[in-house]
Amino acid sequence: MKHTIAAILGIAALGFAASAASADTLDDVKAKGFIQCGVNTGLAGFSAPDDKGEWTGLDVDFCRAVAAAVFGDGSKVKFTPLSAKDRFTALQSGEIDILSRNTTWTVNRDTALGLNFAGVTYFDGQGFMINAAKLPGVNSALQLSGASVCVQAGTTTELNLADYFKANNLEYNPVVFEKIEEVNAAYDSGRCDAYTTDQSGLYAIRLTLASPADHVVLPEIISKEPLGPAVRQGDDKWFDIVKWTYFALLNAEELGITKANVEEMKNSANPEIKRILGTEAETKIGTDLGLANDWVVNIVKTTGNYGEIFENNVGAGSPLKISRGINALWTKGGLQYGMPIR
Amino acid sequence: MTAQDVNRAGESSRTSLIYDPRVRSIFFQVLLILLLVFGIWWIVDNTIENLRRSNISTGFGFLRGRAGFDISVSLIPYSSDSTYGRAILVGLVNTLVVAVTGIITATILGFLVGVARLSRNWLLRQIATVYVEVFRNIPPLLVIFFWYLGVLSILPAPRDSIELPMGSYLNSRGFYFPRFIWEQGAWLVFAGFVVGLALTWFVARRARARQMATGQQFPVLWTGLGLIFGFPLLGFALAGFPLTLEFPVAGTFNLTGGVNVSPEFLSLYLALSFYTAAFIAEIVRAGILGVSGGQSEAAAALGLRPGKVLRLVIIPQALRIIIPPLTSQYLNLTKNSSLAVAIGYPDLYAIGGTILNQTGQAIEIVVIFMVIYLSISLLTSLFMNWFNARIALKER
Repeated sequence: MKHTIAAILGIAALGFAASAASADTLDDVKAKGFIQCGVNTGLAGFSAPDDKGEWTGLDVDFCRAVAAAVFGDGSKVKFTPLSAKDRFTALQSGEIDILSRNTTWTVNRDTALGLNFAGVTYFDGQGFMINAAKLPGVNSALQLSGASVCVQAGTTTELNLADYFKANNLEYNPVVFEKIEEVNAAYDSGRCDAYTTDQSGLYAIRLTLASPADHVVLPEIISKEPLGPAVRQGDDKWFDIVKWTYFALLNAEELGITKANVEEMKNSANPEIKRILGTEAETKIGTDLGLANDWVVNIVKTTGNYGEIFENNVGAGSPLKISRGINALWTKGGLQYGMPIR
Repeated sequence: MTAQDVNRAGESSRTSLIYDPRVRSIFFQVLLILLLVFGIWWIVDNTIENLRRSNISTGFGFLRGRAGFDISVSLIPYSSDSTYGRAILVGLVNTLVVAVTGIITATILGFLVGVARLSRNWLLRQIATVYVEVFRNIPPLLVIFFWYLGVLSILPAPRDSIELPMGSYLNSRGFYFPRFIWEQGAWLVFAGFVVGLALTWFVARRARARQMATGQQFPVLWTGLGLIFGFPLLGFALAGFPLTLEFPVAGTFNLTGGVNVSPEFLSLYLALSFYTAAFIAEIVRAGILGVSGGQSEAAAALGLRPGKVLRLVIIPQALRIIIPPLTSQYLNLTKNSSLAVAIGYPDLYAIGGTILNQTGQAIEIVVIFMVIYLSISLLTSLFMNWFNARIALKER
């Protein structure tokens, strides 16, 4: 309800504000002194408050990295938890500056919704989870004919689900909720036979269920879900900053620059490292972006490189233990490819 | 003296344009309208300008696009290939279904509880009081969650369904009952029903006329029931029992076949009915208390039994007090049905929200919401006002 009201206020803001979405987000952000970042209301590994009330996760760390690039201080960011339904309105109306909320990059969102996706921080795909203790013998999504499937409203997941069952001539009964917490509760109580969302999400949600060991994620991946941060269209400067923050994280990993060694690396003689860390003489890379020249140093000091963010939040260093898979760097057989910083 | 008076009147008419109350009132009304028009123009213009600047597409053309998502409960044909417009229609039908069933149940329950509140039976009176106080003082959303999470979600899984009579089942996926499949000749049954209804209406008219003329009564209720059920049964037999029942049977995941009433609908329907019934009970009680005690005493003195006193003397007079606030309760129930979104019943608001997110057409969807809810409410009010005028005291 609260978020619905927020959404409606957001719409009202479009009507009342003389200029709802200012064309220069960077100036606005600098003036107010922090970045407003839209995140998920609670998805372990991506964005969820920890036991101290601090936001943690891959999506959260990305916003911290942008804050570090802009202010040299990763703590200058405030988080707005958003439901799937309210996220785009919040960004369009200027309530948030970045939407970093496991959001799939699609052409419709890029065009009709007036968004710009800055990159893909996590390559995902949609899968199914079932309670194997209650449904022994089900080991493929193709056996789900006649099942009740829990899904979150207004997601690409909901659309892929309809397409998949239609394409395979299977019957199903969608059980749709607006909030992820409601979907989780309904699935856990046995209202549905299967839960569908991005596979990373399934692993994260499994941890929160009453008996995680009973639940298995089925092998089928039924869609491409490139998840990434989005900004408003029409502000190229801000778009560039968010986009290059993402590439900087990838390049830092590729060059072996980590949170621990970034200070030593500043003395490196490697021209590529000098260029990215802004220690090259007369460098203009940072200032051309509208940032300080040591922007990458600040980013890596705050969150570490992309690999570190991944391992800490969803990889080996986290309870989720998701392998890098296609999210490995291109040099290691994955899809993550940082455009050259030069 | 007269001259002075004339003089004064002349003076005031000369000085007055500013002080003339009529001119002033017109001036302020024109000013208000101008401000209002300007305000609306400013908001609309700003919105269009901002939408254009944010590169968001506008217009209602998206309603013809393919929806692409499925809806679990739909009384009209719908698939993921249908349009967004159709999806909104499905949501509207679902809203109307829960509103109408809720209003009927809430009214019956509310009348019973309201009358029970005034009963001479101590226990009945106390139970009714507790009911009203409990449900009237809890937010409707909590009542919905009470039914959804507290009652229906703890029912057994489909495998261990509770078996009810007549091939019906109850489990955590809802209530299942056999589906009626009519075969050739079924029209005779419906024809019988129509004939029964028509005859009942005719009998009731004749009986009333006879009672007016002679004072003799005729058992209209029993005759009517006999006609309304007898004729369809006759038609049923004549057509050679053209009906098969499709019973729900256990499938891999759910019961298949039969009709399924989802727990989302059940909890919303029960919650809205129980919640609104508490308010209706109080309105009914107030209405009955508003009829002076002399009326029931007079009716008793004429020899009417208590049941008839209530039915023939008290309720008709109480209705005049009851109907106007009852209308508000009906409107409240309809609007509260949008709380369905919390438990995933695909009503207008929930489906509209999904479309809003898939298309990003926030303003258009909110406008559609407002227009539809406003229309439903105005139509309800219109009907209730007509009904109110019909039963209003006729002054001769």
